[in-house]
Amino acid sequence: MTCFGKHFAMAAAAATAITIGTASSALAVELEFYFPVAVGGAAADTIEELTEQYMAENPEIEIDAVYAGSYQETVTKALTAARGGKPPQLSVILSVDMFTLIDEDVIMPFDDLVETDEDQAWLESFYPAFMENSQTGGKTYGIPFQRSTPVLYWNKDAFAEAGLDPETPPATWEEMIEMGKKLVVKDDEGNVQRWGVRIPSSGFPYWLFQGLTTQNDVILANSDGNETSFDDPKVIESLQYLVDLSQKHEIMAPGIIEWGATPKAFFEGQTAMMWTSTGNLTNVRDNAPFDFGVGMLPANVRRGAPTGGGNFFIFNDADDEQKAAAFDFVQWITEPEQSATWTIATGYVAPRPDTWETTTMQAYTSDFPAALVARDQLEHAVAELSTHENQRVTTLFNDALAAAITGTKSPADALAEAQQKADAILEDYR
Amino acid sequence: MHRREWVYGWLFLTPALVFLFAFTHYPAFNTILGSFFSTPRGRKPAEFIGFENYRDLVADEVFWKVLTNNFWFALGTIPISVALALVMALWVNGRLRGTTLSRVAFFAPTVLPLIAVANIWLFFYTPGFGLIDQLRSGLFGLPAINLLGNSDTVLGAVIVVAIWKEAGFFMIFYLAALQSIPPVLREAADIEGASSFYYLRRVLFPLLMPTTLFVSINAVINSFRLVDHIFVMTDGGPDNASSLLLFYIYEVAFKYWQTGYAATLTVVMLVLLSILAIGQFFLFDRKVHYQ
Amino acid sequence: MNLTRRRVPEFGVMLNSVAMWTLAILWALPLLYAIWTAFHPAAYETRFVLSAPLTLDNFVKAWNAAPFARYFLNTFMLVTMILASQFILCTLAAFAFARFRFPGRSILFSLVLLQLLVMPDILIVENYKTIRALGLVDTIVAIGLPYIASGFGIFLLRQTFMSIPRELDDAARIEGCSFIGLLWRVYIPLARPTYLAYGLVSVSHHWNNFLWPLIITNSVETRPVTVGLSVFSAVDAGIEWSVINAATLMTSGPLLLGFLLFQRQFVQSFMRAGIR
Repeated sequence: MTCFGKHFAMAAAAATAITIGTASSALAVELEFYFPVAVGGAAADTIEELTEQYMAENPEIEIDAVYAGSYQETVTKALTAARGGKPPQLSVILSVDMFTLIDEDVIMPFDDLVETDEDQAWLESFYPAFMENSQTGGKTYGIPFQRSTPVLYWNKDAFAEAGLDPETPPATWEEMIEMGKKLVVKDDEGNVQRWGVRIPSSGFPYWLFQGLTTQNDVILANSDGNETSFDDPKVIESLQYLVDLSQKHEIMAPGIIEWGATPKAFFEGQTAMMWTSTGNLTNVRDNAPFDFGVGMLPANVRRGAPTGGGNFFIFNDADDEQKAAAFDFVQWITEPEQSATWTIATGYVAPRPDTWETTTMQAYTSDFPAALVARDQLEHAVAELSTHENQRVTTLFNDALAAAITGTKSPADALAEAQQKADAILEDYR
Repeated sequence: MHRREWVYGWLFLTPALVFLFAFTHYPAFNTILGSFFSTPRGRKPAEFIGFENYRDLVADEVFWKVLTNNFWFALGTIPISVALALVMALWVNGRLRGTTLSRVAFFAPTVLPLIAVANIWLFFYTPGFGLIDQLRSGLFGLPAINLLGNSDTVLGAVIVVAIWKEAGFFMIFYLAALQSIPPVLREAADIEGASSFYYLRRVLFPLLMPTTLFVSINAVINSFRLVDHIFVMTDGGPDNASSLLLFYIYEVAFKYWQTGYAATLTVVMLVLLSILAIGQFFLFDRKVHYQ
Repeated sequence: MNLTRRRVPEFGVMLNSVAMWTLAILWALPLLYAIWTAFHPAAYETRFVLSAPLTLDNFVKAWNAAPFARYFLNTFMLVTMILASQFILCTLAAFAFARFRFPGRSILFSLVLLQLLVMPDILIVENYKTIRALGLVDTIVAIGLPYIASGFGIFLLRQTFMSIPRELDDAARIEGCSFIGLLWRVYIPLARPTYLAYGLVSVSHHWNNFLWPLIITNSVETRPVTVGLSVFSAVDAGIEWSVINAATLMTSGPLLLGFLLFQRQFVQSFMRAGIR
């Protein structure tokens, strides 16, 4: 232990010395910032660049941006670090983990850091749809950063081949079935070469499923996060629709569908339509070997989609200087120019209306109107499923959905059981 | 002289004992103890709740699912990987062509981290353009099959990956054992007119019993330990069809933060492992044939 | 009788050869696929046409996307630290069990054997608490601590030491060797094959270890390669097999090469170590 302890101590001492030496003021405020970003170059690099830019403009603040993995891994890391006594000062975490973070007593509301009227105006400048998962008890705990909604991508060439108008995606549940049937392509042995639609269901099927439930005009959980409505007849209906897509109408592959392979499947022509995050926009634009379209998810009773993605959270185990620095950084990075850079690099939705007004964004969207779809869908968007003990409740809901999709339980049974279990967990929070 | 031995004995043993106690015996004991307490939350500390965690355990259907899965997983991986290891060792030890390359091929999975190869296997299993489906449709004209997305096949798929990972490692132990068997035994068998099969069954197999015991105990431990690929390939799904005990413990402890219940689950695992390993010792002890 | 005896072995040889080659190819498929995707662009991840262009881009991308150099260094330091500590601790303990008589010897040895089953991998929750109490969360040392007293190592070395003839002991003692000297001059050199075999098992295990390092490390400075790889492949957008496999090859390369070069010694040392 000693050999390495010495090495680290020396290296740390050297690093600190150098940092202090190059900082123009005597004391640098050090921040550790966890972020979950899909790697593929653009996203992680952009975070690094933005952080560097901020540090150049604010030499008295040192930010160590640490890539912490997937959303799941990042929240585990942040909580593990907090329990170990060494939490980061700020982190981008899935917005729905807000209740868990509050229950574990690790984050603080942004309202406590608001000092000027400008700060207050900034706090109120975000799209309300994104704020639904960011506020509770009248306070704001999260600031939207990499937010998204799912959208419908379609293969225009495939549509043309099937005799459909390549510029018109399905607008309703029925249309999706009809068009899906025309889009299915089978080979000589009767095996499906191309499916009509692909709605991934591995890992966290609840997110895209929320699209269906919102379109069916039902909400899965209340805003206090202590009551769910998993066994509502409209939810059961939505699940039945999803299950029927593969079992009855045969326009979607049976069984659990892998998220990670979805863009690839789309590029390979294995599916003509896919439901996935707008965060995939840049990836699809760069790699699709055909003309593609992006549109809002089809409606049933109404248009609808869940919001998704990560918010900034500030941890309360930090000194006042660090909190102030973190607050400043969050304000800076959500300013229109930086937000535009981020949005263009990744495809996430810029969470503030004024960002879309900047010349950069105007130029980008006139060149690439697909980027506007997610933003326009915001008016039909609802909060992502979020409750106390979010991981447990979401997991058992995911399990129920998986059971129905694989056919091991009927939608009604699976959802009834899920509701029972969720009630047992959430009772304590009412 | 005697006294000096005492002192030296204890002295030499102390460093190892300190760490053993700190990271094996103490945590094991603490786990058992902790299983009788509730999970601390925020500002509320852990309280003694007796057997309540165990009652929750018995009522937890996910636990029973996971336990059953682990049982099938053990049943699938242990005999097959041990048997394959022996077969591989026999082949590689013989005078067939291409044994060097085969040996490398069999052993390669050992040096590749499971978490890394899980992505490769994920590709193999991907419906449609995954390797398995490409072979199925290309060679046999069969339709696409979703092995990982189907509750009936997912555990089997996961078992295959585990067998692939560990058989080569066990092969090395058998190889070493085979090479230390005096060739005179084979010659004697040939002279007596014994068939290869007879030789295998009546001479080799008993002689290899100590290795088999060693390798099977490792296989038993691995059947509890090898969960890395589940993180990447299935995340325990669909609906816990591919979740194993250690994976569930990780979820409960580090995803749901229910440390009290996690301790209870760990106790179950400890008990199971002990029973299995001790049982194996007794079972094999009778059959082991030392030289 | 003679004729059948000559024909059957030949047929048996052919059957065995074909079976062995088939299994070997099946076994090598994942590695072969990794090599294929790592050296070809993403569009050829699912297309196995021989005329596909070769590229090193994936390696460049992987190298730039995550600090693999740092992860390598971490893994290297980790594995070295663990091996060195294990050698020291297990040698001392094994020697004590093999050569000294002291009260409680058998009980303590069974406690040691217990560690064969009750591995640190299982006690993640409790060990995490211990490390936290020691204030060592997110350090490389913390990854190794639970493993350095290895029941397997003590067991192996004890077996080897016990098989060393006592006459050598006496000879060395007559020359005035202390116990440590005895260890250093006689026992350790004679147990070299065991050390080699055990070392290889240990390195392989800890190079590959994932779950415990995942839990105990948070930052780039401490993450070993396995955690780095999993963090790297956690994707929101879609799996880029070509880049992930390039990363996999980069990180497993050294170990694979090591085995290729040293496989003969590896097997021989297992043999001599008496792991039968």
